[in-house]
Order: sequence, then C-alpha cells, then structure tokens
Amino acid sequence: MKFVVAVKQVPDTAEVRIDHEKGTLIRDGVPSILNPFDTYALEEALRWRDSLGGTVTVITMGPPQAEAVLTEAISMGADEGILLTDRAFAGSDTRATSQAIAEAVRKVGAVDVVFCGKQAIDGDTAQTGPGVAASLDWPQVTFVGRVREMTEEHVICERYVENGVQVLDTRLPAVLTILKDANTPRVPSLRGKMKARTFKPVLWSAADLGLSPEETGLSGSPTRVVTTATPEARHGGEIHRGTPEELAVIMADLLLGKEARS
Amino acid sequence: MTGRLEIIREKCVGCGACLRSCPVDALSIVEKKAVVSDACNLCGMCIKSCPVDAIVLHHVTGGGAGLEGYSGIMVAVELRDGRPDRSTLELLGEARRLSGGARRVTALLICAEPGDIPSELTRYGADRVLAAVHPGLEHYLTEPFTAVLAAAIRADKPEIVLAAATTQGRDLMPRVAKTLETGLTADCTELRIDPDTNQLMQTRPAFGGNIMATIVCDRTRPQMSTVRPGVMKRLEPDDSRRVLVERLPVDDGMVAGRSTLLEFIPSVGNEIDLTESEVIVSGGRGMKGPENYGMLHELAELLGGSVGASRAAVDSGWIPYPRQVGQTGKTVQPRKYIAVGISGAVQHRVGMQSSDEIFAVNRDPDAPVFTFANHGFVGDLFEVIPALINEIKRRRG
Amino acid sequence: MDYMLSDDLKAIRDICGEIAEKHIRPVRAALDEENRFPREIMDILARSDLFSIYIPEAYGGTGMGSLALCVATEELSRACGGVAVSYAANALGAMPILLFGSEDQKSKYLPPLAAGEKLCAFALTEPEAGSDAAGIKTRAVRDGDHYILNGTKQWITNGGEAQIYTVIAMSDPTRGARGASAFIVEEGTPGFSYGKKEDKMGIRASATRELVFEDCRVPAENLIAREGMGFMVAMKTLDNSRPGVAAQAVGIAQGALDEALAYASQRRQFGQRIDSFQGVQFMLADMATSIEAARALTYAVARMMDAGSPRFEKESAMAKVFASDVAMQVTTDAVQILGGYGYMKEYPVEKMMRDAKITQIYEGTNQIQRLVIAAALIRETAAGMR
Repeated sequence: MKFVVAVKQVPDTAEVRIDHEKGTLIRDGVPSILNPFDTYALEEALRWRDSLGGTVTVITMGPPQAEAVLTEAISMGADEGILLTDRAFAGSDTRATSQAIAEAVRKVGAVDVVFCGKQAIDGDTAQTGPGVAASLDWPQVTFVGRVREMTEEHVICERYVENGVQVLDTRLPAVLTILKDANTPRVPSLRGKMKARTFKPVLWSAADLGLSPEETGLSGSPTRVVTTATPEARHGGEIHRGTPEELAVIMADLLLGKEARS
Repeated sequence: MTGRLEIIREKCVGCGACLRSCPVDALSIVEKKAVVSDACNLCGMCIKSCPVDAIVLHHVTGGGAGLEGYSGIMVAVELRDGRPDRSTLELLGEARRLSGGARRVTALLICAEPGDIPSELTRYGADRVLAAVHPGLEHYLTEPFTAVLAAAIRADKPEIVLAAATTQGRDLMPRVAKTLETGLTADCTELRIDPDTNQLMQTRPAFGGNIMATIVCDRTRPQMSTVRPGVMKRLEPDDSRRVLVERLPVDDGMVAGRSTLLEFIPSVGNEIDLTESEVIVSGGRGMKGPENYGMLHELAELLGGSVGASRAAVDSGWIPYPRQVGQTGKTVQPRKYIAVGISGAVQHRVGMQSSDEIFAVNRDPDAPVFTFANHGFVGDLFEVIPALINEIKRRRG
Repeated sequence: MDYMLSDDLKAIRDICGEIAEKHIRPVRAALDEENRFPREIMDILARSDLFSIYIPEAYGGTGMGSLALCVATEELSRACGGVAVSYAANALGAMPILLFGSEDQKSKYLPPLAAGEKLCAFALTEPEAGSDAAGIKTRAVRDGDHYILNGTKQWITNGGEAQIYTVIAMSDPTRGARGASAFIVEEGTPGFSYGKKEDKMGIRASATRELVFEDCRVPAENLIAREGMGFMVAMKTLDNSRPGVAAQAVGIAQGALDEALAYASQRRQFGQRIDSFQGVQFMLADMATSIEAARALTYAVARMMDAGSPRFEKESAMAKVFASDVAMQVTTDAVQILGGYGYMKEYPVEKMMRDAKITQIYEGTNQIQRLVIAAALIRETAAGMR
C-alpha cells in the first residue's frame, strides 16, 4: 500500500522565550525540530507499511532547511521524502497549506492513506489534516487514538472524543490524524541513518503542483495574523510567609470566607 | 510572488532587532541595513520588533468568496448525550455579546430529533434556531455534518460562524472552511468585532501559549472560528425569549458518507469534569509522586471541589490526563483555584488564569505562579496542606 | 576528548543515546529492583539495527567492527550496565561462530542474530571451572552423527533468554585443555534445559542462569572448527570480547560521573554549591581523567583489532583491567560525592557501584588478566621483541 505522512518543521516551543515588551518570540538559538505530534503519524504509517507492505512517503512544506525533518523521517525508516518549497508558498495559512499538500498527494498518485499529526506545536490549529481531506474529497478520521485494522479497502479507527471512543469504519483512501496514544515512535535505525546521510528530497514548486499564484501563499490564505502579544498578565497579590500553621489560618480564612471561625 | 516584505532602507538603522524576531532566519544585516532572503514566510513577526517602523508587509490580494450579502452570526450546536453541550451555551452567550443586538444570532441544530432543544438554545441567547433534522444525523459523523453546515452557510450567508474547539468542532470546521474556501481560526480564546473595519478580531494562543496571535479573515466570508470551551461566559437563561425555529432541508444524499460508526464506547463512569468544578485543587511536580495526591483529594473534598494537575504531574504518570489543566489539557474557570507545588509555567497558566481567585502554595518564592496568584503562600506543601486540612476540620468541629 | 569517530560511529552513539534516554533510564531502577530481563529494550535495539554492527554484511549485518561495538556498549552502559551486558553478551556468544564457524554455520546462525530475531550466549564457566577454564567437566561424546552432551554450565549471561548457545565441552578429557571442543546448541534441543536463575548484586537486569545438559543430542554439524579446538575458540573469543567489557566499564563510570556532576552543581551546603569546594573538585577531576584514559585505551585496542592486528590478547587484557578498576573507583567516588543520597536507592549511583563490580570479575578476573599481561611481557622479552 502507499502511505503518505505530512509533517512540519517547528521551533521547539519548550525552548522559546518571550520578549514581553514587544510581544514577540525570541528565536535566538531555538532549535527547529520535527513536530513531535507528527512522529506518531510517522510511526503509525511505518507500522502499517511493515505489516501490510508498501511505501511511506513523507511530505513537508517549508524553506529549504525544512529538509532536515525529511531526513529525520528517512532515518526512522521512511522510503521517500518530498519538500514543497517555493517563495510562492510564503505566508500560507492552513487553507493554502492544505491545498498544496493535497496537490502533492495527488501528484504522488494512488495513495491509500495520508497520516497527519494531531496538530503542530507552534500553531496548534489541528486544521491541516481535515483541510487536506477536504481538498482531496477523501473521508477523514481525526483524533485517532488507535488504528485497529486496515486492508486495501478500509480502515477501522478508534477516535478519542471528550466522553468516550468512537469506533469508525472508513473507506480508503482517507486522511487520519494520529494522537500520541496510538503508539510509541521508534528510535532511528542505523541503516536509516546511513540512508539519511545521502538522502536528497524531491523538490516540488507551486508550479510543479499546478497551483496558480492566487491559490498559494498569502494570496491563497484567507486568514492573516495582524498582531501578536504576550498573554495578558494577571498581577500577583499578597505573598504570605510564616509557619505552616500560620499559613493554614490565613488560607482557611480566605477559602472558607463567611464560615464561622471557631 | 504573492506577498512581499519591504525594508524601508531610509528608515532602517541596522540595529538587528528584526533578526532576533525572525522565526526562519530570513533577515540579515548587510552594510548596516536589514535585508530579507527567500526564506521569509511573511509571518510579520519582524514588523513589531522594528523600533523605527522600517518594515512593511505588502499583500497581493487574490480571489475568494466576496464579502457582500453576509450578515449575522451562526453557532454550530454540539450535542452531548442529546443535550446542548456547555460549550455551545457559552458560544451563544459570546455570540450575543458580539452581536451587540445588531446581528442576528442563529443556532444551527443538526440532529435526528430536536425535541425541546430549540427552546433551550433560545433561552441561552439564540434569536433563531435553524434545525437540520434527519435520522442519519443522530451521531456526529464528519461528512454528513460537513454537508449540512456547508449547506446552511450557503443558504443563510452568516458573517461569522462559531463552533466549540472540541473534537467535533475541530473536525468539522476545518473541513467546512476548506470546502467553502474561506478562513478559519482555531481554538480562539477572545473574539471582538473591530468597530472601524467590522472585521472579527480572533485571538488565540500559539507557540504553546507563549504568544497570543490576533487573526483576521478579511477577504472572504464567512469568518469562521472554533472557540476554546470554558473561556466564554454563558448567559443567565431567559425564559421570556420567543422561540423561532426554521427547518433546513436535508436530503438523503447529504447524510451519505464513507465512514460508519461501528460502536461508541463511553468513558468509564468515574471520570470527572473539571470544567464544572467551582473549586479545583491542582498538584504539580512538587507533589513528588502519586502517593501524595491523597491529601489533595482530602482538601478538595472538604472544599467541595475536584483535583486537577499540571502537565508535569500527568506526564510523570502520577494522575490521569482528564485532570490536566493547561494548554494541552483543560481550560477551567472555577471560583477558587489552588495550585499546589505548581511552578506556574505559561503552559499551565493559560488553562486556569480565568479563575476568579488563584491560590498558590510553593516552596520557591521565585516561582512564576506568584506573579499571577491572588494569594501566594511560600512554604513546604507537605507541611502547609496537612496544616490547612487540620485547620478546616477544626473550624468545622 | 574528540576521538574523531566516523559518521557511522557517531550515528551508533546517537541512536544508543536516544534509546538510553527514552527507553532505559526511565525503567532501569525497576529492572534492577525486579531482577527483570529487558526483553522489550532488546526489541528496540534490534529495530535500530544495533545487533547488526558486529556481524559482516555477507550475513545480514552492517560489519562495523569492534570499535562500533565498544561505542554502543559504552553508551548503553552509561544508562544501565545490566541492559548493556544483555546486549553485549550476544556478541560474545556469536564470537566463536564469527571467528571459527563454517560457511554453513555462519549462513544459518548469523542472519537471525544480526536482525536481533534471536539472542545468543556463550557458555564456558562451570561450578568447578571459573578462571581455570581448562578444568571444565561438561562432556561431549560422539555418537554417530551426533554428540551427546552431559554437564552443567553456570552463571551464563543471557541464559534462558537466548535461543542460540555456544558451549565449550570436553570431547577428550585425557588431553586436558586440548581435549575441549566448541558446539552450537539451540534452545529446544532434547536434553537441554535451564537451571537455577541467579540473584545478583549488580547488573540485575541481565539474565544469569544455569544451563543443564542431560544426554543432550547435538548434531555433529554443530561442532565449531574441529574437535580439540574448544579451548582455543574460547580464549580467542574472550580476547575479542574483553574490549567490550572495558567499554561497559567506561560507560558505567561515565554515567556515575554525569550523576556526580549534576548533583554537585545543585546541592548546596554551607551556603554554596558543593562543586565550589576544592575537595569535591579534585575528586571530579580525577574521575574524569581516569575515565578518559580508560576510554582512550579501550578505543585504541578496538581500533587495533579493526585494523587487523593478529595479536592483541595483552592489550585487550590491559583495557579490561584498567577500565574496570576505573569504573569501581569512579562509581565509589560518585556515591561519596552524593553522600547519604548516594547510598540510597532513590539515586542511581549505588546501582552503578554495584554494576561496576562485576566488570572486575567476569570474562576473566582482573587477577587473571594481570597474569595474561605479565605472561605476554615475559614472552615478548624472551623472544627479543621488547
């Protein structure tokens, strides 16, 4: 079977610091990493390839340096990597990104399943997976906590929702977005790392995907960020010190309010 | 090229502030002036960083659905166990607030059997209920609900469409937005309408809650948002409001799809809904281990509340995920939030900062939690919490 | 120190480091406490191709050589000596086949080992024959196209967990050391069973077990090399594997230094960090210096082997002796730096100290190693080589 994994290179948000005055990110020395949520999507694709046969192609969109996340995917065992890179993609929101990835999936051809991470840790939108599915007019299953069963015709997924688990039987081809509950991503293999060392991604531009300037980048993006700010500060109140018993008395007064103080 | 970042060379002083703000390292200083490379993704982060306003982003506008003829606010209703979910009621309250009485608030009810749901939606703020009723709409499934919501938007032309940022809303809305080729902003925590431009200003956390980004959808309609549950306020129910129900025709083709629900496995009964709690006692990394949560449960019980946790505690496996508060957990707004052994990293703060009163107990006087807690207590939680439990018991006899 | 490792070796180190971080450190205390073999970690190592590195490409391996095995063993040992030895013991078990096996034996047994589908163990030690390997009592008697094995092997690392065993037995007791032969025995062979499982001081994640042979019929084609070659096979195997023990010792010592440094930078006494005290600084400096010396010697021997040196028994013994003594000293010092906390099981250094001790004992005690070194020195002098 033919599997595609859509991945993203993101700044490691755990390392991001904030310029509170300007409300912007301080990006000095923050490493770029493969979106952690995407590693579960990749692992799921690799597992199904290992059991059913076929290939795993990883696709990402970004500047030339985003090649690094494809290389990482190759070292984990992916077969091929495609980098969608073009000046014209700059400023893409989730609509424009979804469309570009969907066009790439079409161009790869005969794909059975597209796996995506639940969301990216920089934007946290969780919109690209459904957007790709809509662009391809394929069914989608989001928030997949477990893929139970897969054949050439269909897939049975457990979709984790607020109050339980939906068990869905979905015809292929389809787009799945994978939760971290689904698996434990593998560590790269030595052969994977050796292969990754000489790996060169396939490069596709907007024109390669048949996308017009109106559909890509800023023009193809209905939304845009107008301002950024740091979360509104809530000011700290009084800070109490003392023995545990003294602190307990103050806390009890505040917590119990009008309740009698005996 | 669909957009362009311009450095106004006359204004640029070559200070390099923009270099540090750029997430893709697209800026450099050449001969004491900033220059932009092809790596630029037009995110605009640098514009704010520039002390002399020397950076301008030029948009090249393209097609998209026109802006004419769209009016009103539509709320996509989410049902849970056959009743409107709390998040839907919050959205109705927010929609009324946004409308300022000037825009009609429509609740789109997608279901198999409406019963008295329309009147409940009306009590909480809907001016009108648009009911799409079909036996095939008993459970949420992506494709039928997409077809119905898209049809409702095409027929009704709302300016704004809101849904909860639940697993349903975050599945449905992006698919509909792409189908209609309009914009969607995910997981908003603040909405307002700019009085000058009439644009919906959609504010949401990004980068793990470190940044609040405000987003507009200024060239296409409708403007679509999913809104984080627990952030907006629902209205006091008003029984005097007149119930107005219209039907949206649904044909069999709309409810056909390629997924079938084989079964639904409800979560085990002992789960808690933190978002419903008036008092939350949360433990973090400082709890040191799962065995120490007993005292938090005891305190929560004395105060009639529930026990929550930070991500550190959940990731360590001390307490299950449904109790996690924060960016990647639940957003809560209890009357009293007691943070015990929680440092107060931004990831946690964004999930509880709307609480009415925040208490913090921490051994470290420099813990960030003290910068936003209403009442800070510097001490060893293993001494303070037992002392507090004793004190409460003593007062109650 | 920068050892100018190749990209392949760096990749091995990085992979082992990632596995250590994600899959070993979180469970090492539990494995130690429960005396539990890390089967799931072996599967992870297999999926990352780590069992391939000591097996030639012709037999499904990646043929990376001795230094690669040292780098992997060291990095895994840094997290857990017990997990690392469970890994490295496979190379020890496979060594007789690698060095002396026939083409048929290599083609049959090496590929599943390279893939990590099967584990391997080396069985030499007996209740009555430890350092005196020539004193083994297990008998092998030819019976048509089979050998009948009788006897007990003791303290076999990976015993009960491996599927393939290389066993040294006496085929002709009248000839002493020259009467020993080496055999490949597969799990499930009639007459082959497992005996007592040991409860050890350290490396408790590793399996150490008795192998019992009762009229065990082994096909004659499983004889490695020729009858009477068993002692040679065993000695060459140990010569080749000793740098692995040295690497294990270096890794355990490095892990202990890592802990001591981290602790010393956090712990405050008398109002200052304890790494600001000269007494602690001197200890840290000596620990780091001796680890670097041990690593340099170990890598140098491994490189000598990889370069095709015909004789390295003295050097491999030196590496094993030196590195294991360093490991014992450094782990003891690490416990000292952590003080009372170091003595408690909440911190990993007491386990490292227990794990380190075995490196001075197994695959030839350090006393035996010194005899080997001295014998080589005397022989070289007599031959006019010095």
